[in-house]
Amino acid sequence: MSRAICLYLHVHQPLRVRPYSALEISKAHNYFDDSTPNVDTNNKFIIDKVAAKSYLPTNQRLKMLLDKHPEFKFSLSITGTLLEQLEHHRPDVIDSFKSLIDSGRVEILAETYHHSLAFFYSKEEFETQIRMHADKIQDLFGIQPTSFRNTELSYNNEMAKWADQAGYKAIITEGWDPILGWRSPNFVYRPKDTDQIKLLMKNYRLSDDIAFRFSNQDWAQWPLTTEKFVHWINSIEHDQPVVNLFMDFETFGEHQWEDTGIFSFLEHLPEEFMKHGDDRTFMTITEAAEQFEPADEIDVPHTITWADTERDLTAWLGNPMQHQAIDFLYGLKDEVLATHDLQLIEDWRKLQTSDHFYYMCTKWFNDGDVHAYFSPYETPYEAFIYFMNAVHDLKSRLLDKGGH
Amino acid sequence: MLGWELPPYHTGGLGIACYQLCKYLSSEVVDISFILPFDAEYQIDFMQVNPVFTEQESASLPIYPKIYESSIKHIGSSSASSEEFERFQDYYVSRAMKIMALGNYDILHAHDWLTFRAAMAAKMISNKPLVVHVHATEFDRSGGRYGNPLVREIEYSGMMMADQIIAVSEHTKRTIVEQYSIPESKISVVHNRLDIHTEELDPKNNYQYLQQLKNHGFKIVLSAGRLTIQKGLTHLFEAMRLVVEKRPKSILLVVGNGEQYEQLIESAAAMGISQNVLFTGFLNGTGKDWRDAFRISDLFVMPSVSEPFGITPLESISFGTPALVSKTIGASELINNMLNVDFWDVEKMADQILASLNYPSLTDSLLTNAQEELANLSWHDAARDITHIYHRHKVTA
Repeated sequence: MSRAICLYLHVHQPLRVRPYSALEISKAHNYFDDSTPNVDTNNKFIIDKVAAKSYLPTNQRLKMLLDKHPEFKFSLSITGTLLEQLEHHRPDVIDSFKSLIDSGRVEILAETYHHSLAFFYSKEEFETQIRMHADKIQDLFGIQPTSFRNTELSYNNEMAKWADQAGYKAIITEGWDPILGWRSPNFVYRPKDTDQIKLLMKNYRLSDDIAFRFSNQDWAQWPLTTEKFVHWINSIEHDQPVVNLFMDFETFGEHQWEDTGIFSFLEHLPEEFMKHGDDRTFMTITEAAEQFEPADEIDVPHTITWADTERDLTAWLGNPMQHQAIDFLYGLKDEVLATHDLQLIEDWRKLQTSDHFYYMCTKWFNDGDVHAYFSPYETPYEAFIYFMNAVHDLKSRLLDKGGH
Repeated sequence: MLGWELPPYHTGGLGIACYQLCKYLSSEVVDISFILPFDAEYQIDFMQVNPVFTEQESASLPIYPKIYESSIKHIGSSSASSEEFERFQDYYVSRAMKIMALGNYDILHAHDWLTFRAAMAAKMISNKPLVVHVHATEFDRSGGRYGNPLVREIEYSGMMMADQIIAVSEHTKRTIVEQYSIPESKISVVHNRLDIHTEELDPKNNYQYLQQLKNHGFKIVLSAGRLTIQKGLTHLFEAMRLVVEKRPKSILLVVGNGEQYEQLIESAAAMGISQNVLFTGFLNGTGKDWRDAFRISDLFVMPSVSEPFGITPLESISFGTPALVSKTIGASELINNMLNVDFWDVEKMADQILASLNYPSLTDSLLTNAQEELANLSWHDAARDITHIYHRHKVTA
């Protein structure tokens, strides 16, 4: 039986809220414009840094692989939030993505424009953001997404049903053991109560070997070579057709720096993989969904994600601050939309980006493990304060417009 | 280890202290067999729990739970005679000895006087080093009087016979030296922990006016300490001016006295925030008014210019009030879950105070997480100190 690698890379950068003081409310509305040099809340600074370390050098390698191996294919998801920032600050990065997509062998997945959790708060708003994203992808790259991923690979039965009815060929999520049980992530599945759509689940062991463990010198398998990695793929049972390697795009060059050898690993992976037989290939998410019959039905009544050891939403919606912040924001929905003020509506949507809530997470901060806390702010409390101040300013703008 | 009680079947702080201590000791790779009087469903997996009496026997001994808590009232009074108590102790000692004879141990560790007789008897037979752990003395329990002579005698013999005494505070150590004439060199202080005080504010507190204001939507910011330049209060006052502008129903409660007292009163007036600042003057740090000042407040602020340690923010957290501290405070190396600010950054200080007064979800999260840290912090240290004591005596024994 043939075997395919489904490589899927997620590309996203939020618009971080600057240290926005309560004393600025109703005076300044530029929550996302921190021009302080070299700080992590300066979004342009981050975009430039990630472009140089990851986007450009990775795209250069991916382009080379597409040119060299006709079988090489992969899937991307790129958020509207990032695309907008790139258009504004780094059109050269947009061009480098275009040159990949023009090969016809790179798929882009549908998702919310703003990398939001809108699905869990307002279906109507969620669908608007899906449309906005599809329009942006059509506009920039001339293609229409045919498969779907939601923010942080959050997933449940209801979401699969929505995606099925929306006509997507596939939806993806974490290959989480409590859901899979004895089953393997290396098959295509059918979500419970759906007609057409297929479900692809991340092989998190192999994916995380690259995304998280690659540079970890305490790891018994360090250093990870392409030979070793392909050997692990080869040791998977022969009847299992797809290996779903899902990870952040920034794995290459940003999470794993160039000096770890990550680029060299990427450059040699396709060749090493394919030399073990003619039946070896790469597939996009949609192709895999069309190629393989579902092995079984998957039932996910409660939401799972691809995050932390819990694989749930608690990193975003786990403490009282996070709940208060997101409830406050979505509570303004009707008033905000009724203004028809595009700038105001857009600012409201930018505040929906899930990263804002992630920065308020206290669960690592608590354990004294502050290094695990990936945030532009010193504490989760500051993240909460600046965010709330910004939403209060939105509210003050609504009041100026005669809201109540 | 010989103890009195374990949660959830405990009447006082001793049970919780023993539980926490053993939990952290077991993570320091100490195997513990915990002998205590009563059997119950303890659900403890980090050590062996060995009750002396069965549940039925325990039920037929109604006086026992009362003995520890208020010895002065019950022993020698009508509810439990001295003879009854003696009989009980003898029975307990003989049964505990049987359990101890079964096991092989390196160290005897006994908590408070009720276990001392059994511990001494075991030491005489096994000649193993004895550590007695003093959480409270009869002197403390009787409110500084002599207390029950029988209990004092047991305490004295236990401490004399011990190879090492652990006192839970410097205060306790002083009491042992002064009241029981035990040589100081035998006593180590291992702070039990900063207790998390879950009691609600007593309605009959001395801050009735603040209580009234709170009922009208006011929130209270507390500063407590000496009023000196080192404490950075002028910055806090400037921040409060900004806070009051945005949120008029905000009060700064200033506890303490010092050279800046009059200057601060004047600057509050000059800023036009006099009606939002209240001074209590000096309060005794062990008194109820001190504790209630924390309990009635919504946020404690320590804006010190320099502070080698600064225990007050930890105390505040232990009383249930989250803290905002300047970055120069030593204590912020121990607790992550406090708001931080540079002492000169008046605007950011104001911003953080405003957020704390406006969003209960912020102060709730800060407090819950900081209390968790506080609990973990001290118990880890305590367990490590005690392990060192064990090693010292195990080698020389």
